[in-house]
Amino acid sequence: MAAQTILQKLEILADAAKYDASCASSGTAKKNSLGGKGIGSTEGMGICHAYAPDGRCISLLKILLTNHCIFDCHYCVNRKSSNVARARFTPQEVVDLTLAFYRRNYIEGLFLSSGIVKSSNHTMEQIVEVARILREEHDFRGYIHLKTIPEADPEIVHQAGLYADRVSINVELPTDSGLTRLAPDKDARQIEGAMGKVKADLVEAKDARKRFRHAPRFAPAGQSTQMIVGADAATDADIVGKASRLYDNFRLRRVYYSAFSPIPDASAVLPLKRPPLIREHRLYQSDWLMRFYGYKPSDVMQATEADGNLPLDIDPKLAWALKFREAFPVDVNRASKEQLLRVPGLGVKAVGKILASRRHRALRLDDVALLTQSITKVRPFICTVDWRPVTLTDRADLRSLLAPKTEQLELFAA
Amino acid sequence: MTALQHVKLGTYYVVHLPEADDFDFWRERARALVQCDVPPDRIAWVEPGGSGDLFAHGERRMPVPPMDAKPVRANRRFVSLARNAILHSDPERFALLYRVLWRLQSNPRMMEDKADPDVRRVEELDKNVRRDSHKMHAFVRFRLVESEANSGEGEVGEHYVAWFEPEHHILRANAGFFMRRFSNMRWSILTPRGSLHWDGETMSEGPPAERHDAPGGDPMEDLWRTYYASIFNPARLKIGAMLKEMPKKYWKNMPEASLIPDLIAGAQGREAKMVEKGALEFEERPDTLAAIDKAIHACRKCPIGSLDNHAVMGEGPQDAALMIVGEQPGDQEDQIGRPFVGPAGQLLDAHLEKVGIDRRSSYVTNAVKHFKYVQRGKRRLHQNPGAKEIDTCRWWIESEREIVKPKLVLAMGASAARSVLGKTVSITKVRGAPIALEDGSELWVTAHPSYLLRLEGAAREEQARLFDADLAAVKARLEELA
Repeated sequence: MAAQTILQKLEILADAAKYDASCASSGTAKKNSLGGKGIGSTEGMGICHAYAPDGRCISLLKILLTNHCIFDCHYCVNRKSSNVARARFTPQEVVDLTLAFYRRNYIEGLFLSSGIVKSSNHTMEQIVEVARILREEHDFRGYIHLKTIPEADPEIVHQAGLYADRVSINVELPTDSGLTRLAPDKDARQIEGAMGKVKADLVEAKDARKRFRHAPRFAPAGQSTQMIVGADAATDADIVGKASRLYDNFRLRRVYYSAFSPIPDASAVLPLKRPPLIREHRLYQSDWLMRFYGYKPSDVMQATEADGNLPLDIDPKLAWALKFREAFPVDVNRASKEQLLRVPGLGVKAVGKILASRRHRALRLDDVALLTQSITKVRPFICTVDWRPVTLTDRADLRSLLAPKTEQLELFAA
Repeated sequence: MTALQHVKLGTYYVVHLPEADDFDFWRERARALVQCDVPPDRIAWVEPGGSGDLFAHGERRMPVPPMDAKPVRANRRFVSLARNAILHSDPERFALLYRVLWRLQSNPRMMEDKADPDVRRVEELDKNVRRDSHKMHAFVRFRLVESEANSGEGEVGEHYVAWFEPEHHILRANAGFFMRRFSNMRWSILTPRGSLHWDGETMSEGPPAERHDAPGGDPMEDLWRTYYASIFNPARLKIGAMLKEMPKKYWKNMPEASLIPDLIAGAQGREAKMVEKGALEFEERPDTLAAIDKAIHACRKCPIGSLDNHAVMGEGPQDAALMIVGEQPGDQEDQIGRPFVGPAGQLLDAHLEKVGIDRRSSYVTNAVKHFKYVQRGKRRLHQNPGAKEIDTCRWWIESEREIVKPKLVLAMGASAARSVLGKTVSITKVRGAPIALEDGSELWVTAHPSYLLRLEGAAREEQARLFDADLAAVKARLEELA
């Protein structure tokens, strides 16, 4: 077989990496290349250098070092028994590609993952080697996200954290039984053990930096994880519960959800139809509610329907409000921040604006309209000086009034 | 500019700004005008290239504030907003900011009133400019030109040049970002509003440029386009989300954007093909054994189904407590159409009888429903099914398990174990103990009887003993469960 060109390898190994949802480059320590020998900077805010037609941000060069793998996880396109084209980059090739893209301002940095070759330790060493060359030989100060392998030696994983801005370990599936069934070579306890170890390293490094200014940084952008939605029977309530447990136990920065999507050469254990993309979206919305709106996991679970899933036609915040109508209407001129954050249609920014403005004037409905995206959505749940939703909140058909009209997407989808 | 000694009532002042983004100049003039009590509607602010002639009759000399003038008040929030909003291309921005500054003197907390139209407009300008800056950080694309000019320190003349068309006057304000990021690189950013050049040590400004001043391509762009096309997941098309963040106006200067129309057009077709190629249109599980029997005869989801053979359905009572799973039908099973009737089947029967398990009350089936073989002359030689084939056929065995709902599954051989567990296990390691299954039933694993057939002498005796022991354990467990 003729040797593959860089272009052919890139095609295979980028394609193989696209099922990973995360591409964030935000939240790391500020650094720049002034006074250094190389290039690169991170200034807090992540930058999306392009968007693909799937609506996802392209921020990092997201590739696998290799898609050869000794594991046989059913949902994964790279599993051992899958019949896909295989390729393998050398660490130096990844380094060259990263720098060439970075110099042209295509990317914020590198997100490197890999199939397991030879052994977990060997693979992890190769991943770390790429980061080492970038950081030490080229003084690269852009963003590096390394996927770590739970089965690898903690010492090598620790090394990864010293070079990387972020490390992540995928929990893959929301339930342990799903993991046993679909990822027979993986072990939930081992994954969580590795996440616990990374958390301990993060805490220790942060503490050391407080006491010694030059203590080495350890993954300043923290750790994240990913769950596949729709490949097993887990309900949204299961998923939200799992996510909040992960946030609490391992201080994760983010839990990413990836709607299971049909992969080439799929295993027969998997569902063949993709779950509706909107389900992933609803989960992210509930994630947002918990992270920024003060909802507890139990609140989100109350918003689920009888089957344990969040409604698809309306967002979880509206679903919660419709179930707990006694909490409304909320007086925008008096209510607390927490109460305002529960109003469907009011975001964190709008609430901030309302709180600031009401010190200057008694807000009328028109004023609120100026501060929000859509007053029609908000109106049934608030009172202002000149507005009370007397008839609206009690209406039985409120849901259908507020739910977005069904989109006629199928007409064009064919 | 000479100063006017006294403020004349009703005078119309015209202020010419030296640069469109000169905040410090605006601030200095605005401060003096506020101190002289000049109301907003008596000032025209004119930027370079702006329509200054309309105000030819206006007073160009600045008034001098009285000695006892009060200091001008402005909170930090206003200053930071104004510094950024002034980069906006709206010609009204200077007047707007002056009006807000004027009003702030009597209402110092005015910036908090987010419902005020002036405050809203300033915030909107600021937001637009921030977005434009952010998109510049994101969408500038450098192209490499090899220049002869050596930068001195042995570095070969690598020079990276970009062409970008910002919507607002943001170029100078963002010089620092690119300098901090590419400090050891020689680069230039050319725009219709001016240009920036960094040589690794100093920044210099140049005149407005045109598109053809920048290089037309870069070999690396092929790799970048390959990456862009490969990272895109055709199973999830969200064109609206893309357009919201990457509006078409930016496309013409982004090498990857030329691919977008084709990627979208191909996406739906590609996904349909992907699903079809896996031939995975098992959408609903069959809910009777007869339906499975019918379906497996038409199954061509793996290559075995396409050989010259017949599907062999499992047999036994639908409410059997024990399900026995073998590997696949052999030559005789294929001809007769029943499981375990060949030599291995006869051996199995003998052992079942020995330990006292009634085959007729068990459900007997195979992991793979068709006979896999290679033709050698007149004989069809048995071939082991591959992992992928077993996995494909799991659909059927899972359907059977769902209908029969056995309390105990006995998997004979590695293929059968894989078809129940989804992973390959070692028989020697797992035999002799139950493995809990997701549906509450349990799995016992033992060797396949055909393995015994291939052994001779002491080895066969040893294996037969182990096989019997496994069967006896299954029988004991069945009685416990009953």
